[in-house]
Amino acid sequence: MGLFDYFHASRKSSDVAKERLSILIARDHFHRNQPSFLSALQNELLEVIKKYVDIDQDDVTVSLDREEDCEILELNIALPEKGRYK
Amino acid sequence: MTRIIVVTSGKGGVGKTTTSAAFATGLALQGYKTAVIDFDVGLRNLDLIMGCERRVVYDFVNVINQEASLNQALIRDKRIDNLFILPASQTREKEALTMEGVETVLNELAETFDYIVCDSPAGIEHGAYMAMYFADEAIVVTNPEISSVRDSDRILGLLGSKTKRIIENRTPVKEHLLLTRYSPERVKNGEMLSVKDIQEILSIPLIGVIPESQSVLTASNQGIPIIVNKNSKAGLAYNDSIGRFLGEDIEFRFIDARKDSIFGKLFRGR
Ligand SMILES: Nc1ncnc2c1ncn2[C@@H]1O[C@H](COP(=O)(O)OP(=O)(O)O)[C@@H](O)[C@H]1O
Ligand SMILES: [Mg+2]
Repeated sequence: MGLFDYFHASRKSSDVAKERLSILIARDHFHRNQPSFLSALQNELLEVIKKYVDIDQDDVTVSLDREEDCEILELNIALPEKGRYK
Repeated sequence: MTRIIVVTSGKGGVGKTTTSAAFATGLALQGYKTAVIDFDVGLRNLDLIMGCERRVVYDFVNVINQEASLNQALIRDKRIDNLFILPASQTREKEALTMEGVETVLNELAETFDYIVCDSPAGIEHGAYMAMYFADEAIVVTNPEISSVRDSDRILGLLGSKTKRIIENRTPVKEHLLLTRYSPERVKNGEMLSVKDIQEILSIPLIGVIPESQSVLTASNQGIPIIVNKNSKAGLAYNDSIGRFLGEDIEFRFIDARKDSIFGKLFRGR
């Protein structure tokens, strides 16, 4: 599908808007409900890992989930292809 | 008991000042002694919409800095006796609104006024925060557009976490959704988010839907709040919103393109 076709897609633009908005707001709420130390933790982790591996800001994600009586801290570190190890 | 109402949105240019003027005027016309305060320091324009710009001598910041008394700064509306405007300063920085200063002014107004309407600046920074901090109720002004709905959601987040009522563990600010610049025709054609879409996403009670209307510009040209224009759909929709705000059960109109076409004939798109 060429770029031109996107503007002529049969879906109503209001439906597209609603879908994009729902996703956006769910993501905003997720970030809003995260404790504030998480972004600091994420940055410090990034600094440490950067000493050894060449990674970007987006390669480290930290999130906190609550389940009844326990909290789960989830760390996700995406490592680059072999060539970029220091 | 005085009620403090903040008119807020996050996004700029969605109709906060138009709504502040309409609500303050509407409440005053219902017999309530009402003051409307412009919190948009540096970009004052509520006085223009209210048509009192040539009578501004002192402003909100002068009162906060004790350079003028509240009575010297308040402007009495030339048409409605129990309606007063407190203009913003055109020259100062937003930071001139200190928390203590704003609280002192609101407390003094609360001695004699029934309603205090706070016209918030755009954004989620200091000025907007000062406008919402002391509020009892919030009119969240939203346009049927992705960025506006998202910003309204962010404002709702702040209303639910950063206001005096929350900090003091009192009942939270009462939130109302006001959709403005709505085009039923475009919604029908699938070109615009509908009332239902937006309400589902923001999930707060709907207080009004104001249609996109040319008469709003005419009203602002003349310095007469749109709510007094009984020949305008926007004016009537603001009137309905005031009724709902005061607890009346009023059916929504101007939201369905098909019904509107009958009504439209009577109003010829005004
Ligand atoms: N219902 C409406 N129909 C048409 N134009 C409107 C409507 N409401 C507001 N406007 C216009 O939108 C612009 C921004 O309105 P304003 O009240 O100043 O917004 P804000 O205070 O949020 O920046 C103004 O030009 C105003 O005339
Ligand atoms: Mg404004």
